[in-house]
Amino acid sequence: MSAAKKLNLTLKVWRQKNGNAKGNLETYPLADISPDSSFLEMLDILNNGLIDKGESPVVFDHDCREGICGSCSLYINGEPHGPARLVTTCQLHMRSFKDGETIYIEPFRAKAFPVIKDLMVDRSAFDRIQHAGGYISVNTSGNTQDANSIPIEKEDADEAFYSAACIGCGACVAACKNASASLFVAAKVSQYALLPQGKIEAKDRVLNMVKQAEKEGFGPCSNTGACEVECPKGISIENIARMNREFLSASITK
Amino acid sequence: MENSKTSIIRKVLMALSGLFLVIFLLQHLMINSLSVINPDSFNEVSHFMGTNPAVQFLLQPILIFGVILHLVMGIIIEQQNRNARPIKYAFSNAGANSSWMSRNMIISGITVMLFLGLHFYDFWFPEIDIKFIQGDMSGMLEGETDFRYFKELQHKFVSPVRMGIYCLSFVFLSLHLLHGFQSSFQTVGFKNRKYAPTIEKLGNIYAVAVPLGFIIIALFHFINSSH
Ligand code: HEM
Ligand code: SF4
Ligand code: FES
Repeated sequence: MSAAKKLNLTLKVWRQKNGNAKGNLETYPLADISPDSSFLEMLDILNNGLIDKGESPVVFDHDCREGICGSCSLYINGEPHGPARLVTTCQLHMRSFKDGETIYIEPFRAKAFPVIKDLMVDRSAFDRIQHAGGYISVNTSGNTQDANSIPIEKEDADEAFYSAACIGCGACVAACKNASASLFVAAKVSQYALLPQGKIEAKDRVLNMVKQAEKEGFGPCSNTGACEVECPKGISIENIARMNREFLSASITK
Repeated sequence: MENSKTSIIRKVLMALSGLFLVIFLLQHLMINSLSVINPDSFNEVSHFMGTNPAVQFLLQPILIFGVILHLVMGIIIEQQNRNARPIKYAFSNAGANSSWMSRNMIISGITVMLFLGLHFYDFWFPEIDIKFIQGDMSGMLEGETDFRYFKELQHKFVSPVRMGIYCLSFVFLSLHLLHGFQSSFQTVGFKNRKYAPTIEKLGNIYAVAVPLGFIIIALFHFINSSH
């Protein structure tokens, strides 16, 4: 293996017993971290040490650890998923940090993402937004039509596919100064709006999803573009312009 | 209507009133520049704008409505912005993903509003007083045969403190528009890959050139008045 110099770090980690408790930043020195390890492996090492000492480990979300599930979160040194671009926290490596560096690790902060414990937040608000309209109604019992039998212009198909790449991680919310979910909602609206199958319920979809997002307490969009920069899947804010267009025309006619 | 209470509709109203103010400001700058090029025509246009019923009773109320709409929506939106994140981050590196202008529209906006207060105190309230309270629509001072507008304008640009406030306000207006111009096109759904570069270029040119124009005109009168 490479003999890259091991890192000695100071971690400032948000600890909070439960949703109602008052949390605070705890300081943990951590030595001998390989630059080749992932950020979550680094946290595993921290947790093993805490368990050895009889302390409670730091709670954080993770599942696939390969950038597809959207579970991992964390606001690292002032940015969701840390300083690297187009990656989730599980794809972030310690070589992005310097020896001797202090790393701030906080939960995604939003009224609509309440802290469950430590760094883990409740993102079920996204599920409720999806339930409000992020689907098409098709009878799947019996002779379902093959989706590929409907011709779709390549550009639209590609664009819908890019929008569908959203993994619902919530980095856009965490990055936004208004904790707005606009990029997420716009991606979910767009992935259907661009396809013929989605057109039938398009008006209700955009109206209901946008209203649900507001009900959950996500903020308005100030078009700062922070979401697009921090999104691990490179979802473009063009989707937000499309969502606004869809919303405007739907609210005029419905 | 329930939809109109969503932040998208509120922001569309902000964007449309903002764009309306953008057009108004261009017209205002063109008239101001007459005060440098030709004081007589400045006087004439000022008199026309100040006494024409269509301007006074149709365009002016629309303008005031636009400013108030923009202001009220701005305050409501800002409140919603803040409510969405009750607990702030301990450490934030927002500069890595967004511009200062885009994150501080409320600061640049309120600075512009304070300036508007001063501007109304300087020009608009005296106008209303002379024209509609004293009932003098002649546009001239007592015993004079020249229009008063150019003289009044010169008179306002004598104090260096006033000049400083005036210039600084336009710097903040520039910051407001460096984000606001292109942002309003995004809000109304007009921005996409095809138009974005043109909109952004146009916005940057406008946001620098128009406030700079106002500053240059003010400096011109300030320098002329000091000797
Ligand atoms: C009366 C003083 C003003 C205040 C308090 C104010 C406030 C604001 C605020 C808070 C926003 C951003 C809202 C958000 O998305 O979070 C904004 C956006 C904007 N403002 Fe102003 N503003 C003022 C004056 C002006 C003027 C004089 C102009 C034009 C000449 C202008 C043009 C715009 C534009 C174009 C936007 C972008 C709208 C969008 O993002 O869709 N504003 N203003
Ligand atoms: S738009 Fe991007 S940042 Fe937002 S939830 Fe989807 S993948 Fe995550
Ligand atoms: S753990 Fe699944 S995306 Fe990071």
